[in-house]
Amino acid sequence: MRAAAPGCIRSALLWTAGLAALVLSVAVAVTIGPADISVPDVWSAVAAHLGRGEATLTPIRDGIVWNLRMPRTLLAAVCGAGLAVCGTVLQSLLRNPLADPFVLGVSSGASTGAVAIVVLGVGGGAVSISAGAFVGAVVSFALVLLLSHALGGSADRVVLSGVAAMQLFSALTSFVILTAGDAETTRGVLFWLLGSLSGVGWTDVWLCGAVLVLALVICLAHARTLDAFVFGQDAAATLGVHVTRTRLLLLCVTALLTAALVSSAGAIGFVGLVLPHAARALVGSGHARLLPVTALAGAVFLVWVDTLARTVLDPQEVPVGVVTSLIGVPAFVLVLYRTRKTT
Amino acid sequence: MTPNTDSGRHRDFGPHSDFGLHGDSGPRTGSGPRTGSGLHGDSGRRTDSGSRTGSGPHRDSGRRTDSTPPPDSTPPPDSTPHTGSTPHPDSGLRADRVSRTAGGHLIIDGVTLAPPPGATVGLLGPNGSGKSTLLRVLAGVLAPASGVVTLDGMPLREAGRRTVARRVAVVDQDATTQVELSVEEVVRLGRIPHRRPWSPSTHRDDEAVHEALTRTGLADRASQSWHTLSGGERQRVQIARALAQDPRELLLDEPTNHLDIQHQLDLLSLVADLPLTSVIALHDLNLAAMFCDHVLVLREGVAHAAGTPSEVITEELIEKVYGVRAVVTPADDGPESRPSIRYLRR
Repeated sequence: MRAAAPGCIRSALLWTAGLAALVLSVAVAVTIGPADISVPDVWSAVAAHLGRGEATLTPIRDGIVWNLRMPRTLLAAVCGAGLAVCGTVLQSLLRNPLADPFVLGVSSGASTGAVAIVVLGVGGGAVSISAGAFVGAVVSFALVLLLSHALGGSADRVVLSGVAAMQLFSALTSFVILTAGDAETTRGVLFWLLGSLSGVGWTDVWLCGAVLVLALVICLAHARTLDAFVFGQDAAATLGVHVTRTRLLLLCVTALLTAALVSSAGAIGFVGLVLPHAARALVGSGHARLLPVTALAGAVFLVWVDTLARTVLDPQEVPVGVVTSLIGVPAFVLVLYRTRKTT
Repeated sequence: MTPNTDSGRHRDFGPHSDFGLHGDSGPRTGSGPRTGSGLHGDSGRRTDSGSRTGSGPHRDSGRRTDSTPPPDSTPPPDSTPHTGSTPHPDSGLRADRVSRTAGGHLIIDGVTLAPPPGATVGLLGPNGSGKSTLLRVLAGVLAPASGVVTLDGMPLREAGRRTVARRVAVVDQDATTQVELSVEEVVRLGRIPHRRPWSPSTHRDDEAVHEALTRTGLADRASQSWHTLSGGERQRVQIARALAQDPRELLLDEPTNHLDIQHQLDLLSLVADLPLTSVIALHDLNLAAMFCDHVLVLREGVAHAAGTPSEVITEELIEKVYGVRAVVTPADDGPESRPSIRYLRR
């Protein structure tokens, strides 16, 4: 127990610091924007809506805080956390430092689904973009699983199948847009494809938040199992892990989480790739500690990136995916550079 | 030693021939009467080589346990097989006529292996003879196509992965990872089968990790990065990780690959001195002769010969199994002596 105690204290400290950073980031990010709102304003608005305290803001300012900026900032946090957790799990499970949620083909499938709804009018407007994206994501993931199973089921086959699906669905998306879209819908779809948190509401936050919590609990329950994969599948099997069962479960969890996030916020790239590496550099590769830290780091990261995306070209908005990629690509190169050194 | 060119297929090897006293181990899962598994069932099969070529219980067990008692007594190797406490024939890990196919080919074909508790058993044979596959079947990573692998009499499949992982540890020929890990973190992986989800590490976990590091001489390098280690040191860390599992059986697949001769000898001495039942796939016949109490020679997936190194490693066998001419200098009579092999140019 002697050795366990400092570890517990350190974990508790990390948790506290991370949560504090997240709450502070959300509170500050909500104040940033064209309308001048202070942190105390945010607190009072939140308190009023939670039924504790009087509403002190004008209805318009209150609406800006509670209906526009708050859900958007919270969804940014949820997306950042979710994508980063997916990346961590996939990198461990597939033993590929470059794996991220989009490796499973989920986001490109979601894009095709969304484009089919918008451009082709499938479902006659009754089906939302989100629902279409979700269906596309699930179909694409099923295809990847079937393909990788047919190819032998090993980790690298999953990655290759994902890449194949990604190419296929990207091509399908482009084809649909080019043949059927007009300029206006193409622009709307493009914005969504690049990832955007504009115009999200509380429904998105609750849905994605619930899926995130579920996925996080399942992944944390498998934290040690994920550790066991560090030397490969066979090594994991000799450490008592049911490799096939575990991998299927965790792949499904990450695919579901990605699908939910992508259908709400579009395909935000590179968070899932980069954040796990940053978190590993901070706390090492043990998943019991790595997963929560990655989630918190991803949440804080995307809150700030989204704030940047909506203010940097004010009043124009940059798709958040563009900003994450602008930051992500150099980080991606850094990851490649580091793996070059170690192998 | 008498040359042994016998090529009986289902030769039993282990408790049955080593320890004269044993009851029948009862019905097996649909395998009917077991050939060569009854009392002295082997002796008849071995007469074709013209002399006693059994595994040499007295000489063999006596040598190991009398001259070099294991430093640790847990788990106790059976040190007095002939004076009372005879292990149950089902004790430990044993493969009973296991076969495994891949792509329509038989990779291993009806191999039986029952390492005596505490012994170091060498798996020999050329590339593609099925050594690795047999080890993976023994570890429960691959399921046998026919036959059964049992742990204390219970089929691995029924025992469950975690239970098996707490008993049987595996060291591969070369484990790689891209993840940044310290030596201690690698060794701590060995505790995974002992831990439940959400539970923090226990005192026993820390103790086992510390013991494993000490035993392998790595205590002062616990915080060093895995990636800065040499090949020999990495294998040592993997053995420490395996020991942290608290196993009673240790399976090693060509653990000395890519190591220089000093590290090969260090590593095999370490393994041979452990108070565990070890099964090691080896390429080097001299190393096998030096460190193994028993050897099993595989040829095209079939158990070709089994016994002590002196009995099995002969010029005829090397020529037949490896297609190589060699001069084998037999062991003289000293208790520690082993045959040595010198290969001839073609």
